[in-house]
Amino acid sequence: MSLRSPLGRARGLGSAKAGTAHWWGQRVSAIALIPLCLWFVFSLLLLPNLEYDTARAWLHWPVSGFLAILLVAVVAHHSYLGTSVIVEDYVHDEGYKLLGLLSLKFLHVLVAGAAIFAILRIAFGN
Amino acid sequence: MPVRARPLSPHVGIYRWQIGNTLSILHRFTGIFLALGFVALCYWLVALAGDSPAYATAARLFASPVGWLALLAWTFAFFYHLLNGIRHLFWDAGYGFERDARRTSAWLAVAGAFLLTLGVWGLLWHFGRL
Repeated sequence: MSLRSPLGRARGLGSAKAGTAHWWGQRVSAIALIPLCLWFVFSLLLLPNLEYDTARAWLHWPVSGFLAILLVAVVAHHSYLGTSVIVEDYVHDEGYKLLGLLSLKFLHVLVAGAAIFAILRIAFGN
Repeated sequence: MPVRARPLSPHVGIYRWQIGNTLSILHRFTGIFLALGFVALCYWLVALAGDSPAYATAARLFASPVGWLALLAWTFAFFYHLLNGIRHLFWDAGYGFERDARRTSAWLAVAGAFLLTLGVWGLLWHFGRL
């Protein structure tokens, strides 16, 4: 039995004080994604077709290449924040939770990195 | 000091199924599904940066029946997650918490997602892209 009061035990055991940054990052990226995603969807719709040369010419244009890189980076961030909350909600075993969060982070960076590199290759290729 | 049993939040099972919780769950599901769509989008970009046979493989995959179905589902998931996300942003700003506002915006998000999905695929069909 501990002589400490319930309040004394609870003090200092609160949140990790990192929740606000996560919550805020999710909202900021959400707001940024509204115009970025709409731009992407409607750009693809307005292209005459999605043939190899047409799609490459579109991404070769600096404005689309730049916006596409922003889109990939912000989606990756938003997606990581969202999926990591799901892991934190449902995976209660510390080991598996850590494994899940690490895998999510690595996968997101890997996929986004490959996509950004691909856009750069098209943008700076001929 | 006796430790009293703390009150627990009622379990999910006792709640009546309604539009609010359905859309909340759907937001999460569409989020996961869109994360998979992000991987598909990145694959498309990587294939586009490769040579033309690599792109042809990707294009064939997306044009397969499963590919079409996935693209259709991703379109709906995208518009639903977008509209319901905007709903969440309004709540975050402190608006739309009243029961009527909540229900109206819920149905607007669902109807909007269906209409926009229909609109995009209608445009694709109209321009002979299907």
